[in-house]
Amino acid sequence: MINISEVIETNKMIEQENLDVRTITMGISLLDCADGNLDRLCQNIYYKITKYARDLVRTGEDISKEFGIPIVNKRISITPISLVGGAACQTPADYVKIAKTLDRAAEELGVNFLGGYSAIVSKGMTHSDELLIRSIPQALAETKFICSSINVGSTKTGINMDAVRLMGEIIKETAEATKDNQSLGCAKLVVLCNAPDDNPFMAGAFHGVSEADAIINVGVSGPGVVKYALEQIRDANFEVLCETIKKTAFKITRVGQLVAQEASARLGVPFGIIDLSLAPTPAIGDSVADILKEIGLEQAGAPGTTAALALLNDQVKKGGVMASSYVGGLSGAFIPVSEDQGMIDAVDCGCLTIEKLEAMTCVCSVGLDMIAIPGDTPATTISGIIADEAAIGMVNQKTTAVRIIPAVGMKVGDNVEFGGLLGHAPIMPVNTFDCSRFVGRTGRIPAPIHSFKN
Amino acid sequence: MNKTIITVVGKDTVGIIAKVCTYLAENNVNILDISQTIVQEYFNMMMIVDMSRLKKPFEIAAQEMSEIGEQLGVQVKCQREEIFDKMHRI
Repeated sequence: MINISEVIETNKMIEQENLDVRTITMGISLLDCADGNLDRLCQNIYYKITKYARDLVRTGEDISKEFGIPIVNKRISITPISLVGGAACQTPADYVKIAKTLDRAAEELGVNFLGGYSAIVSKGMTHSDELLIRSIPQALAETKFICSSINVGSTKTGINMDAVRLMGEIIKETAEATKDNQSLGCAKLVVLCNAPDDNPFMAGAFHGVSEADAIINVGVSGPGVVKYALEQIRDANFEVLCETIKKTAFKITRVGQLVAQEASARLGVPFGIIDLSLAPTPAIGDSVADILKEIGLEQAGAPGTTAALALLNDQVKKGGVMASSYVGGLSGAFIPVSEDQGMIDAVDCGCLTIEKLEAMTCVCSVGLDMIAIPGDTPATTISGIIADEAAIGMVNQKTTAVRIIPAVGMKVGDNVEFGGLLGHAPIMPVNTFDCSRFVGRTGRIPAPIHSFKN
Repeated sequence: MNKTIITVVGKDTVGIIAKVCTYLAENNVNILDISQTIVQEYFNMMMIVDMSRLKKPFEIAAQEMSEIGEQLGVQVKCQREEIFDKMHRI
């Protein structure tokens, strides 16, 4: 039987160390909603989403109350819209109409975000993909809950540089279209390489074509719990350090697995995966950077950061894998800047640069995430940053992403405030040397060779 | 069996267990185990109870117990046992 010290430990994690389940995300396939008539398509989409996810928010709240564990977000991911809207949409404005339909459905259901305003263009772009991409600035400016993601490359296909070039321009346009709101649109737009089909985390969540009709995916969190556990073994050797992270990740993930199974049973929707991620929030004590400091760095970004992060990321996976029956999504430590107070501090004191963040993305989940840069950064430079990040993902067979905010009217030294879980970000300096001739080349970068590894 | 863990945390005072147990008896909740300890000068009590004969919804009972706790100046939480079981047992 459970004893009192175990109960105290669990409740301490929840109450003092910010343990929570970050998101229950219901993936819904919209492939069967496709129609040549735009109005009918929108009706089909609205009807299917509101029918399937009708009880999602209430179920999440019930589980949260019964187990006494916060479930921060309830979200929906859908089939990449460019696959559904192709027959009905003739202009970018037609896609915006779908975005508004999705936004109404999300609002009606009370979910925090709906992801899947997406296109998969890793090798080439269809006309439909391009229309969707061109609609993104307006769609994100005129909706509240929609998240957009574009997959521009993969290990198997290489990198579609035409899409990379276009996305640099689209990110700039999105910043401009939402400039009255701190260029917030860019916080809901991510460019991916090797995007997974079952990611529950925003902004990159979509319901891939390899998935069933509907599925429940859960993202766990808990950087505060890992940090606290490491405080108890300060200065121990690497063996003890790694064992402690593994054990803690196991405990965190078991809670996620429980919540996922309960949600799946109550909603009558199959359980998909647990995403084993350390997802920080701007709350004090809920920071991945603070774990790196506890491991022994003065600040995130100091020499040793990449190694410490590699170790952390690997142990989280090793501990979490055994705790869950199915693992997927992005699974790893997230290093967003604006959403992590420890990362913000590291940038503010000059310790953490974009170049160091890029190195860190080689060994952890996702990539250059929630980074604010000067508003006058050229689109080609943004494309260059995307290409670099996609190349890391392509060569290392991992997911990488860029979610970057060229905040209109802001320069290095300013601070952009998004509020809530998105936090705030100091504007970071960007290398100002030009890459437009490289980005200006058309076509794609071929897939890398998978032998002769060096 | 519908096992639930009730925890009471706060400054020790007269009648905490009596108040909580009275409420449980009135609501048909059977107590399976009680243990208590002092952590950092705080009173910590844990009860394992069976709520299968509870007549009202779980969340109402949890809310009412939390209110009893507030009157006593302590925090009372009701959580289904599985969260602890999953985390601490393989």
